[in-house]
Amino acid sequence: MSPRTRGTARAGQYVALLCYLVFLAFPFVWLISTAFKPAPELGSLHPTWIPQHPTLDNFRAAFDEQPLLRAAANSLIAAVSAGIIAVVIATPMAYVTARHRSRLSTAATGWVVVSQAFPFVLLIIPLFLVLKYLHLINTLWGLIMVYVVWSLPFALWMLVGYVRAVPPELEEAAAVDGASRLRTLVSVTAPLLAPGIVATALFAFITAWNEFFFALVLLKTPEKQTLPVVLTHFLGAEGASDLGPLAAAAFLATLPSLVLFAVIQRRITGGMLAGAVKS
Amino acid sequence: MRAVLRTAAAAATALALLLTGCGGGGGRADGRITIRFQSLAWQKESVDANKQLVKEWNASHPDVRVQYVQGSWDSVHDQLLTSFEGDEAPDVIHDASDDLADFAYGGYLADLRTLLPDRLTADIPQQSWQTSTFDGGVYGVPFLQEPRVLIANTRILKASGVRIPTPARPWSWTEFRRITKELTGKGRYGVAWPLKEPVSATLNLGLSAGGELFHRGADGKVTLAMDEGDLVVPRTIRDQVGTDHSAARTALGMGGGDTLPGLFGGKYAMVPLGFSFRQQVAEQAPKGFEWTVLPAPAGSAGLAQGVSPQTLSVAQDSPHKKEAVEFIDFLLRPANMVRLAKGDWMLPTGRAALADPSLHSPDRGWATGAALAGALRSAPAQSVRGYPEWKDKVATPAFQEYYSGAIDAAELRKRLVQDGNRVLARYQR
Repeated sequence: MSPRTRGTARAGQYVALLCYLVFLAFPFVWLISTAFKPAPELGSLHPTWIPQHPTLDNFRAAFDEQPLLRAAANSLIAAVSAGIIAVVIATPMAYVTARHRSRLSTAATGWVVVSQAFPFVLLIIPLFLVLKYLHLINTLWGLIMVYVVWSLPFALWMLVGYVRAVPPELEEAAAVDGASRLRTLVSVTAPLLAPGIVATALFAFITAWNEFFFALVLLKTPEKQTLPVVLTHFLGAEGASDLGPLAAAAFLATLPSLVLFAVIQRRITGGMLAGAVKS
Repeated sequence: MRAVLRTAAAAATALALLLTGCGGGGGRADGRITIRFQSLAWQKESVDANKQLVKEWNASHPDVRVQYVQGSWDSVHDQLLTSFEGDEAPDVIHDASDDLADFAYGGYLADLRTLLPDRLTADIPQQSWQTSTFDGGVYGVPFLQEPRVLIANTRILKASGVRIPTPARPWSWTEFRRITKELTGKGRYGVAWPLKEPVSATLNLGLSAGGELFHRGADGKVTLAMDEGDLVVPRTIRDQVGTDHSAARTALGMGGGDTLPGLFGGKYAMVPLGFSFRQQVAEQAPKGFEWTVLPAPAGSAGLAQGVSPQTLSVAQDSPHKKEAVEFIDFLLRPANMVRLAKGDWMLPTGRAALADPSLHSPDRGWATGAALAGALRSAPAQSVRGYPEWKDKVATPAFQEYYSGAIDAAELRKRLVQDGNRVLARYQR
């Protein structure tokens, strides 16, 4: 390939990448723009990308009309707890499944994958009844339990891939050097698994942070409701909506996920790559 | 989704029996009880009015505390169904009458006939009670309703010189078609029909021309039949879109709120919308935009149109049905009903509330809406079992294709009636 052809191909790649980025960014940019537009601009026949008269009124109205901070705190508690508990449970399970292959572990992994195919609506009523029996309806702990159960299969599946990417030879070498089983796991395997654990925790966090239906059904009192449920309070019947405050609240709701991604992006990338290559 | 949920609900019943005993109520040892009121109010004024009324009740009823629970129109049906199955339903339930049939026939809601006070029964007109009456039982108190009206750009109307309709002298459907042609000009359509959900709009307005579509026989079974009256509204819309080009084709796929920028920008002279959309118009209209509220066109049955009012019901499993109904009675006292109606920009069903002078002000179209209240009827398909499936699988695509010009009236009739009767028959065996 001549340098000129190579340059053209590279330019084409950048253009394609730029188009893809624009496609991905459009909803978010539009959300931000809407959040800062005053009411008359929201109803304009010729909408603009950048608000002509930017205002914080939508944010004020959103906070004034709904308990967003309390809902965000509830979401944060549920999502962080679900993320931590899911990886604490899934990591040893994944290790055993990956290192001790048997028909049972293969069947268990297969069942885990199949269980992801069940729709929410089939699970919600039995789950509701079980949680009621445990007196966990209308509690964040009940919701967290559901989120952990819901994200656990996929978390396990993800982590099995990461564990398999850690060469068993490293653990064998540590054993030859005299390290105990526990010491090997803590000092050799765990650090190598860290990116995968972070990626899995983030997956569980985002699943719980965005989840709506379980939270709607399980939480009864306003004090307990999470952010996705509170966001629907800006919507009326037949598609009517309080668009400005809704956009402002939705914009704020996306921030924690974005911040989390920004902070641990490098670890996630490492984790994804580690999980992608299996020995 | 509802069918799947129902199947899941049935499957879960056995588990329910194993895991749970009878549900406990909100009773307490000290004699005080708590009843939960799930409200779907969502606009700020409406939420404030509801919360304030709960506060006033709690202040004056120390033994019966009401707890306000914020519900959401989104997924309310599935949320309630799960709550009913789990014996955790709120005592007082806010919903729309067209969502009640499944719950009423399923035995989840209390029949209120013996519980309602005479004052409330007499205050709400029979045609409103009809919207929440299923199989002879009354399963909700209809308290707010909204007619479909025409929200119009006043300047365009005045400049055109057309006759401005009033509830006493509305436009006929023929006159409406002619006037939308007159209002159409360069870059402007006379009307925009937001028909993302075409079925309820078409059926409800169709009552004005005598269209009923659903006919209940002596045996109680419902069949579909389509006569000339049923075709007046669909034909007018189709002609406006396809023949006269006085209605914007692009609006057919829009929701009500999506058409407002076009109304504000002068692209549409009129938009048929629910009465409560006035709130969005008042809030979002640019400075200087002049708008008015006109009655929907009338046909052989005058201004009649179908509505599905908002309702308050009581859960069958509630251990405090009497107190729940007392709270509903308090909430719907005439002065309180007016507060709720104004908060939602809707009309109260109660005669006494409707007589309140503030609802007869010409400001923001209140008077026009109030004048239409007497013409509002139960939506044609309200109590028909199988209607949701007919609407989703048969009627919605058929009307969409008819309005876009893809099929003619004969094909529309064939689909709505023949295919529709097959659907209804499965529910009425």
